[in-house]
Amino acid sequence: MDSVEVLVAHIQDLSGNPVELAHLHAILKQSEDTLRVQASRLVPFIEQLDPSSHSLGYLFLLEAYSSGPILRENISSFLACVVGFINFCSAEQIRLAPDKFISVCKRFKDQVIQHQVPIQGVAPLRTAVRKLQSSYEQLTALHSDFLFLCLLSKCYKAGTSVLDDEVLEIDQPRDFFLFCYYGGMINIGLKRFPKALECLHNVVTAPMSTINAIAIEAYKKYILVALIHLGQIPSLPKYTASTVLRSLKSYAQPYVGLASSYATGKFSELEAFIQTNVEKFQTDNNLGLVKQVLSSLYKRNIQRLTQTYLTLSLQDIANAVHLNTSKEAEMRVLQMIQDGDIFATINQKDGMVSFHEDPEQYKTCEMIDQIDSSIQRLMALSKKLTAIDEHISCDPAYITKIGRERPRLDFDDFDSVPHKFL
Amino acid sequence: MNGEQMDIEAYAALYTGRTKVLRLLFIAEQCGNQSMQLEALRMAYDEIRKGEDSHLYRQVVQKIDAGLGPHYELDHSWADAIDRRAEQRKEKLENELNSYKTNLIKESIRMGYNDFGDFYYAHGQIGDAFKNYVRTRDYCTTSKHIIQMCLNVILASIELGQFMHVSNYVSKAEQTPDSLDPITVAKLRCAAGLAHLEAKKYKLAARKFLETGPELGNNYSEVIAPQDVATYGGLCALASFDRTELKNKVIDNISFRNFLELVPEVRELINDFYASRYATCLDYLENLKHNLLLDIHLHDHVEPLYTQIRHKAIIQYTHPFISVDLPTMASAFKTTVAGLQKELEALITDNQIQARIDSHNKILYARHADQRNATFQRALQTGVEFEREVRAMLRRANLIKHDHNQRGSRKL
Repeated sequence: MDSVEVLVAHIQDLSGNPVELAHLHAILKQSEDTLRVQASRLVPFIEQLDPSSHSLGYLFLLEAYSSGPILRENISSFLACVVGFINFCSAEQIRLAPDKFISVCKRFKDQVIQHQVPIQGVAPLRTAVRKLQSSYEQLTALHSDFLFLCLLSKCYKAGTSVLDDEVLEIDQPRDFFLFCYYGGMINIGLKRFPKALECLHNVVTAPMSTINAIAIEAYKKYILVALIHLGQIPSLPKYTASTVLRSLKSYAQPYVGLASSYATGKFSELEAFIQTNVEKFQTDNNLGLVKQVLSSLYKRNIQRLTQTYLTLSLQDIANAVHLNTSKEAEMRVLQMIQDGDIFATINQKDGMVSFHEDPEQYKTCEMIDQIDSSIQRLMALSKKLTAIDEHISCDPAYITKIGRERPRLDFDDFDSVPHKFL
Repeated sequence: MNGEQMDIEAYAALYTGRTKVLRLLFIAEQCGNQSMQLEALRMAYDEIRKGEDSHLYRQVVQKIDAGLGPHYELDHSWADAIDRRAEQRKEKLENELNSYKTNLIKESIRMGYNDFGDFYYAHGQIGDAFKNYVRTRDYCTTSKHIIQMCLNVILASIELGQFMHVSNYVSKAEQTPDSLDPITVAKLRCAAGLAHLEAKKYKLAARKFLETGPELGNNYSEVIAPQDVATYGGLCALASFDRTELKNKVIDNISFRNFLELVPEVRELINDFYASRYATCLDYLENLKHNLLLDIHLHDHVEPLYTQIRHKAIIQYTHPFISVDLPTMASAFKTTVAGLQKELEALITDNQIQARIDSHNKILYARHADQRNATFQRALQTGVEFEREVRAMLRRANLIKHDHNQRGSRKL
């Protein structure tokens, strides 16, 4: 009992400047076990501390408290306490003990999910992510939890704030896999298919020594999104891990089949295929996407017509893409014009559709701005690339490895005539 | 059945040897017309009686099935006599060959194997003939022998349907150091053309047939008639050559003109095609079609060649215009507007015609790609892809680095 009081006093005294904080950190680490033993009685002490100025001590106490079982009647106060802490804590102090902070947040996430109020966790976790990361390029362990909560609460928009950052620094491969997988799902929810495709592609092509479940699920979704967005599956690049290349297809059999019947462009065939495999898609929770694939086939076929025709009657369109009525075809075409997928006008008087070329002339100021920003981005990127290249070529580990692979030059190696010609 | 009835008598007169029999049997099988079938079988029967292939003889008799009267029934005594004689001859050849082998006289051994090949060939055991002809190769001493060996092997391979061997041995024969006489050159060209035709490489086949010299005459009637050279070459050229090639290599080709004179229909149809008289050209093709389907080499390729020719014609028709009236075009191609629209659609989707169809007014408009827009589009696209790739690469590098670190720390 005494020791906790002493500790609180220390915390209150030593939270002023970095030197003191380092000292405090050491003390806190030593008393970790004591705190854990006393976990259930820590609430009054926590209340004595100020989350903004005593963040580090507060964090340790909170972590010790949350590691024990939390009584039902205390849940709401615990949640409020964590939310308050996340909002007010000082970023410098918590970064001294990121493990503790992550553990508190994960515990918080579990509680939120357990009590089926994931939406309550979205905003605090977003703040937590921002406070924990030192730059926008860093991927923290909390990223995937945050996206998971977004998915559960269907707050897809909230997730985009994190997804739009360019994540480059990664600590844990697992975090990265989950981050990209959930990110892909959120982008699917928002119908931002190119982004979703990129996220899922990242999972599938990430280096890995053994295939994992996340990659398999991601590949299934990757196939579906690729069909919706591109109408075909791009082949995986050659830097994909060889284990993945070898076994991925066998794990995603029905999806590969789906893609091949999609490629025939026949609506009835695709529908029949989906019907026979409906259970598999259902168990993978991908049936919704599969249905989108089906309806995207109409779109794809109509788009193909725009390549060949200038004008076509609605009835002909309906016949060509196997729609039942010209009315239905009209709705489809209308929808596609609205989405900007095709450029066309419908003449309702004689039921004709005239297709136009893409009106974009690449002459507007906006377009030039866009091109310019694109150039700027690429220049920054290539600078970064050069810097990293330089960094790697100076890395001692890299140089020794390269040196080992290339046999040391020996004077005897310099034969005047190469061996194979002798 | 449209197209004029084939004159089997005249057709058969163009060939000699086994190919005559085989061609006749092929016609009998494919024509689906009883009087024609019996006619073909009757001539095949007569031809076989001149030779020594008792096996084929029995087959043909079975096919005739007493449909041609008592004169064409199975003649056991003849067949048995042939078999007996073959047995004796085989024994004699074996003895001879063995004695040559013990004496180790190269030329005699070659002759021995060659005789064996001839013997098997005459008796319809083409596989064995092929083997024996190939064996002579080790005993060839002059390039004349090599040529003979190659021609024999080619003959057997054609009948076996092994066209890989045909092109192999054609190139072997062409590599002999001595210059070849023009007849042999023409023969080799024909064989190579046939091999390319069977491999569906119509452009190469056309080239070979077009290079065939007029010296061929009736010298290669055991394989091909000059009329065939004109037909095969003409059709392949139509299907695969562009306009200038057609003009330079076919119409202005003096030696090939000699062949074309033999088959005026093909000559006319090539000229019509070149002069853009597609309706008459297609008419000629339609008339020829039935007979071509009865050709032992060409029948498999008639459909693909015809489709290619038709596509070529459509593409050529639309090429010079900015807009084309579909009903006019449909009448030129003897089809309906809807059918033509379907064909055009397929060609546009294949990117063979750069145009779009105004199905309301039934007009085809040529489409000219806007280079500037396309370039902008491509540049932006490349930029986006590059950015994505580089970022993904950096991310992967980071993951690998991480993995490396982890392994390193485990080692410590």
